Amino acid sequence: MKAIDIRGLEKKYSAGVKALKGIDLSVEEGDFFALLGPNGAGKSTTIGIICSLVNKTAGDINVFEYDASKQEVEAKSCIGLVPQEFNFNQFETLLQIVINQAGYYGVPRDIAKQRAEKYLKQLELWDKRNTRSRDLSGGMKRRLMIARALMHEPRILILDEPTAGVDIEVRRSMWAFLKQINAQGITIILTTHYLEEAEMLCRNIAIIDKGSIVENTSMKALLSTLNIETFVFDVEGDIQNTQIPEFDSRVIDSHTLEVDVPKASGLNPVFEYFSAANIKVMSMRNKANRLEELFVRLVESSNNENKTEETV
Amino acid sequence: MSSVNMVALKTIWIKECTRFLRIWVQTLVPPAITMSLYFVIFGSLVGKRIGEMGGFTYMEFIVPGLIMMSIITNSYANVSSSFFSAKFQKNVEELLVAPVPTWVIIFGFVGGGVARALLIGIIVTFVSMFFVDVQIHNFAVIAITLLLTSILFSTAGLINAVYAKNFDDISVIPTFVLTPLTYLGGVFYSLTLLPEFWQIVSKANPIVYMVNGFRYGFLGVSDVNYFVSLGLLIVFNVILYIVAWRLLNKGVGIRT
Repeated sequence: MKAIDIRGLEKKYSAGVKALKGIDLSVEEGDFFALLGPNGAGKSTTIGIICSLVNKTAGDINVFEYDASKQEVEAKSCIGLVPQEFNFNQFETLLQIVINQAGYYGVPRDIAKQRAEKYLKQLELWDKRNTRSRDLSGGMKRRLMIARALMHEPRILILDEPTAGVDIEVRRSMWAFLKQINAQGITIILTTHYLEEAEMLCRNIAIIDKGSIVENTSMKALLSTLNIETFVFDVEGDIQNTQIPEFDSRVIDSHTLEVDVPKASGLNPVFEYFSAANIKVMSMRNKANRLEELFVRLVESSNNENKTEETV
Repeated sequence: MSSVNMVALKTIWIKECTRFLRIWVQTLVPPAITMSLYFVIFGSLVGKRIGEMGGFTYMEFIVPGLIMMSIITNSYANVSSSFFSAKFQKNVEELLVAPVPTWVIIFGFVGGGVARALLIGIIVTFVSMFFVDVQIHNFAVIAITLLLTSILFSTAGLINAVYAKNFDDISVIPTFVLTPLTYLGGVFYSLTLLPEFWQIVSKANPIVYMVNGFRYGFLGVSDVNYFVSLGLLIVFNVILYIVAWRLLNKGVGIRT
């Protein structure tokens, strides 16, 4: 069953800006789905419309079997939102925030208290339950927004850049938590600027740019389209005039070499060259995350198409 | 009403009451101090020289108007500042993403304003008992007028907050509209003291009907017919509720 099914979604803001140009998008139940795109591409507008924070101009949205316009109550009850910006009352305590949120969904107070304990403990916030939200660190605020979104036990969790500005330790614990709740059956839709995060967590992906979907496929299929990867080698030895046969390479400095490696060639010929030239490889790494490379190419190609359209 | 909506309504109402009780120094204490000053200055000091008004001492005459003034000011301020803060901090989104019907949002916020107005009414009445023997002519009239007036101004405060874009916008109406209308609404004088022309002009001021309706409940005297006051309160409440419902349902000021 489709958890989210969007058809012909358009949004034109009052200033005349067309943020969404009739997008179609489906997310299957149980999926861990990434919605990626550069700033201002239309990700947050799409999420805003799904969650009733933004009025749509045209199009249809179905949340499971419910039409979001005609069966608003049922559709809203299925969704939990973790927004990009902190949007809780700064003067309320964590317990007040999460219990109130459950109340808005009709969850009785005694059940809300039990769930508050469960989710605040899972997200390591129980010790702070009587602290005002303004006194929390950035990472704690992010986790509080996840706890709040889960209080009515939604079937879909939408996270708009949930790990923005949090340290790697907190980010990793959030990833583990999200994987855990996804394994329990909650459909997750994620937007993020950390493409490593999307690559690691998500099974399917859509890339949106300038209000249109430029790619919508499985993560595996998308990554398999990456034909060339760029590797950075830290080396010892004379590399001033290095030019690896049949590979594009660039000398960055006296110890660093950048090599474009076609998928079909593999890395063996590069190492064979280094051995023959008596160059010692100290370490190597991808220049960019694989998804990042694809993302940049897709967005660039979308920009080029738009430029062509403008000149025609 | 479904139990889901009942839980949501109760949640908003409790949240609103918790808010004004949490900041009681800003919400509950000032009206008590202001009213004490009014009683001391206008009642005890100036009032003694004024003599009787409407068949009562000046102090007795102004008590209902002063209580009403506190109710109007506080019910309006409670909802306008609370709803605007929710917009400003964006936590109004907590309500928008949830399946909370528009009428539940209105009733919840207005309920908070009414609760604060009732509490202030009790406090100010208690303060006035130090200065005068408070009479009650008809308790039902007092209760109905207090309830309808606080609902009316709470709803008006909500509409103000919907349109407000900054904190200045929620102080403009109270400063430039509500305060003058309240002071000219017969709180401190009987309309019969005014020249005929100004009596007619004063009757275009809706607050005159609320103050006089309230005064009728306490003292049994009024410059206007109580049923006219009651009728106007009901009509204004219905109009403002419809306006508030349409604005919130359309998402004015809260959805892009």
